Amino acid sequence: MMAASPTVSGSLRDRLMITLIGGAAVLALLLFFAVRSYAVQVAQQGQDSILAASVTAMLDAAAIRDGEVEIDIPYAAFSMLSTPSDDRVFYAIYQDGAFLSGYNDLAYEAGKPLGVRSFQSGDVRGAAVRQVNASRTLIGANRRTEIQIALAQTQDAQSQTLDRIARNAAFLGVGFFALTGLLSLWASSVTMGQLNRLTTSVTRRGPQDLSPFQKPVPQEMAPLVQSLNSLMGRLDQSLSQSEDFIAEAAHRVRTPLATVRSYAEATLQRVKREENREAMRSMVRAIDESSRAAGQLLDHAMITFRADHLERETLDLRALVEDLVLRLTPIADMRDLSLAVAGDADVPFAGDAILIQNAVRNMIDNAIKYAPPDSTVTITVNAAPKPVIVVEDEGPGFNTDEIATLAGRFQRGSNAADSIGSGLGLTIAQDVATAHGGHLHLSNRPEGGACVSLQLSS
Amino acid sequence: MKYLLVEDNIELATAVGSRMRVDGHVVDHAANLEDARAFVATSDYDLILLDIMLPDGDGRAFLKDHRASDLDTPVIVLTARSQVSDRIGSLDLGADDYVTKPFDHAELEARCRAVLRRKSGTAKPTIDRGGVVFDPVAGHLTVRGEAITLRNRELRLLELFLNAPGQVFSKQKLADRLFTYDSDVSENAIEVYIGRLRKHLEQSDLKITTLRGLGYRLDDGS
Amino acid sequence: MRILTTLVLILWSACATAQEWEDTQVFNDAATGPFLRIISSTDTALFAPLITSFVDENPNTRVAYFVTSTADVDRRLRDTPDAFDIVVSSAMDLQLKLVNDGFARQLPGIEHPDWATWRQSLFAFTAEPAAIVINRAAFAGAPIPATRQELIEALRDRPTAFRDKVGTYDVRQSGLGYLFATQDSRASDTYWRLMEVMGRLGVRLYCCSGDMIDDLTTGKIAVAYNVLGSYAAARPEVNDSLAVILPSDFPITMMRTAFVTAATAEASAAESFIAHLLATQAFGQGENLLLPPLTSEDAAEDRATIPLEPALMTFLDALKRRRFLAAWEDTMIQN
Repeated sequence: MMAASPTVSGSLRDRLMITLIGGAAVLALLLFFAVRSYAVQVAQQGQDSILAASVTAMLDAAAIRDGEVEIDIPYAAFSMLSTPSDDRVFYAIYQDGAFLSGYNDLAYEAGKPLGVRSFQSGDVRGAAVRQVNASRTLIGANRRTEIQIALAQTQDAQSQTLDRIARNAAFLGVGFFALTGLLSLWASSVTMGQLNRLTTSVTRRGPQDLSPFQKPVPQEMAPLVQSLNSLMGRLDQSLSQSEDFIAEAAHRVRTPLATVRSYAEATLQRVKREENREAMRSMVRAIDESSRAAGQLLDHAMITFRADHLERETLDLRALVEDLVLRLTPIADMRDLSLAVAGDADVPFAGDAILIQNAVRNMIDNAIKYAPPDSTVTITVNAAPKPVIVVEDEGPGFNTDEIATLAGRFQRGSNAADSIGSGLGLTIAQDVATAHGGHLHLSNRPEGGACVSLQLSS
Repeated sequence: MKYLLVEDNIELATAVGSRMRVDGHVVDHAANLEDARAFVATSDYDLILLDIMLPDGDGRAFLKDHRASDLDTPVIVLTARSQVSDRIGSLDLGADDYVTKPFDHAELEARCRAVLRRKSGTAKPTIDRGGVVFDPVAGHLTVRGEAITLRNRELRLLELFLNAPGQVFSKQKLADRLFTYDSDVSENAIEVYIGRLRKHLEQSDLKITTLRGLGYRLDDGS
Repeated sequence: MRILTTLVLILWSACATAQEWEDTQVFNDAATGPFLRIISSTDTALFAPLITSFVDENPNTRVAYFVTSTADVDRRLRDTPDAFDIVVSSAMDLQLKLVNDGFARQLPGIEHPDWATWRQSLFAFTAEPAAIVINRAAFAGAPIPATRQELIEALRDRPTAFRDKVGTYDVRQSGLGYLFATQDSRASDTYWRLMEVMGRLGVRLYCCSGDMIDDLTTGKIAVAYNVLGSYAAARPEVNDSLAVILPSDFPITMMRTAFVTAATAEASAAESFIAHLLATQAFGQGENLLLPPLTSEDAAEDRATIPLEPALMTFLDALKRRRFLAAWEDTMIQN
């Protein structure tokens, strides 16, 4: 019996990975843009502060001498504007709005409020520049005058720096992403590892093991394990309830049957008229047949269950057969039949003892049923080439047409009309053989009689 | 033989008990575990027939206690449950055999005999009559000092006659005791076994007499 | 062809500016390929080998070479930016400002050290210190000065011997003279003391290094200050009579620079020329170089090479220049 495959919808691991990696990608992008915009800001601030220092130095050099404005621009004012990219520098000096020197195409933009240093970005001669505007009021002997300076610088170095920072930020982002990707892989495999361990621990359990899980599990899996435990608890309870129910039912049915049978038998002792006796016999047979059929149905169900969850243990087939023969001898005796065991002395085999016992018992039962009185039923156990148990009788043998179908469920040989409820016996034997990887072989002996081989291959 | 039958179903117990008494056994009946323990404590039994499902407990618990004690009285378990599940447990706990309900009395008897035979360490009463020594438990027959092997049906037939010498057994009655109900053996088959038994007893003083129309009787020719 | 070209050149230069060139020369006139027009402050004799070797390698290229003063180079280019393909000058400040003002073309294909390059447009190809050149005869029996201070003392010691016998650039006319003067003034106050001494001695003012060396040779002057030593060294016939002194207190070294104009129609030929110039001259790989090659960066620092940086524009500011020239005139012209 295969367990039904669950409906699979997506993978928890994939979802976890996608969430983590997607998150990492978003974070990496955010990181990239944040670093870049911060760098732009810092670079702009850096350039602005140098421009401010430069323009301040120029303004400081302004003086009125002999009533005339002189601006002795310090060499350092422009020197400090040197950049690795040799950025171009433009400046213009105005006095009360009138152009004094520098680049007359560079306009002075008064800050707001007036007198405050102002910064702006713009274009000068087709080049993008950052410009600072600053002014200073000079007080001469009899007049006030305002010196206004506009100083602009191209942004090649800044954009190169920014490119470099952007590149580094991109590397950073990619590195961050790669690292988080690896971490995601690791994290999801660790998380999945917990689930896998639980799965393994469920799978490795024996079929009878319905005890609750005791191993510690992560908090998030606790509800799952709790549900699992509660499910197994209910399953265990309902299984034992069903077992109890079956046992109880069997008891309830068989005990009165046993009583009726005993009475019928006792009555038979006293009844003289042949037709009444025959009726009593039929009744006893009916009771036997129904109880045996019920028993075999129950056995068959139990065997099917065990075969699905085969638990192998090493056993000696010879010892198993001899034990069975010992217990079946009284039955055989009653029919004046001999049971003989032949074959190898020691036949080790890994299998389910209860299943094999049941199969062989059914085979011997069958043989006892069909064997003529004063004959011998031979049970042969062989180890090579593959473990096999052969039961042979001296009865009528199988009807050749029926050999193929006889082991089918509820099939009964047509010449078994007299014998009671053996319908499931060979079916059980065949199921047991199949469960052990072998098969049941039926044939007729050349000298007469049936031959049933239980082939077990390990 | 003295049997203890532990069975809570009174009708079944009565039926089984009466049948066994017919066979010449003494049968005590306990309807529950408590009674069973009391019986075992006060009497010696040759064999205990033990039901598994009892009103005051599981027969297997009794079996376990019984095996733990010094008594080695053989136990045959009577079970109405599944063979596969119950049987192993009972045998593991030390039952000597098991019989699934409903059972054939002849089968039960055969199993009892088989168990007793396996356990027969102690001396059991033998029947010594007319030059024949018969050990019903071991199934040994000695005629004039010569051991003779009897087949099962011959043995049971002989036992019937020896237990009631001088009594007339109809063919019908003998067939009922000798054969199970799953086979429809004709009453004429009895004649075959009577013939064989007569042959075994040739050298003894015992003789099976045919009473035409009535049946057979064992006579002590001495 | 030659006649035609010369005619065209004369007409064209006459149109371009009313002034005469100090010199013009066309190389490889027969070529029919690209035509490069170089405006330069470097004497033809010193620069010709570089052009000759270039046209040898590029026989298709015709090169016209125009020589004028550094100030005139600046002025002409600003007037007619599309009249020239390559600008060569020793006035680093003017060159840098031309580049800053957008007259130059960036040459991404040229590889040149950072310190000798500005904006990948302006390329330095010589390192020429400003020297004191003396006529040995005038110092017969007296120690030859090794520093500015020693020069001042020498002049003060013998004022009569040096009256009207000292010469230097007229910084009002010469771009290079102005560069040397302003850099000198930045470096030390000694400059102004020296100028004062020279002014008192009736200093003669020159437009160009060549003229000063000529007068030194003839003995018209005994001392020339801030002359290009390279020019003196390039005249082997005067080596015996003249002494070139690199002041050991603070030598100022100028780098001759070149750039390709933004308006050039022969961008690739011009770039090839710059590449050739740098390969041949800058690192001294050519044979028989008449100009001193670039030195290594370390050496450049030792010799106080004027750095290529925006600060060079400081003294070009109109107000600053006005103030500097006023001070200079006050000091130099005392009669």
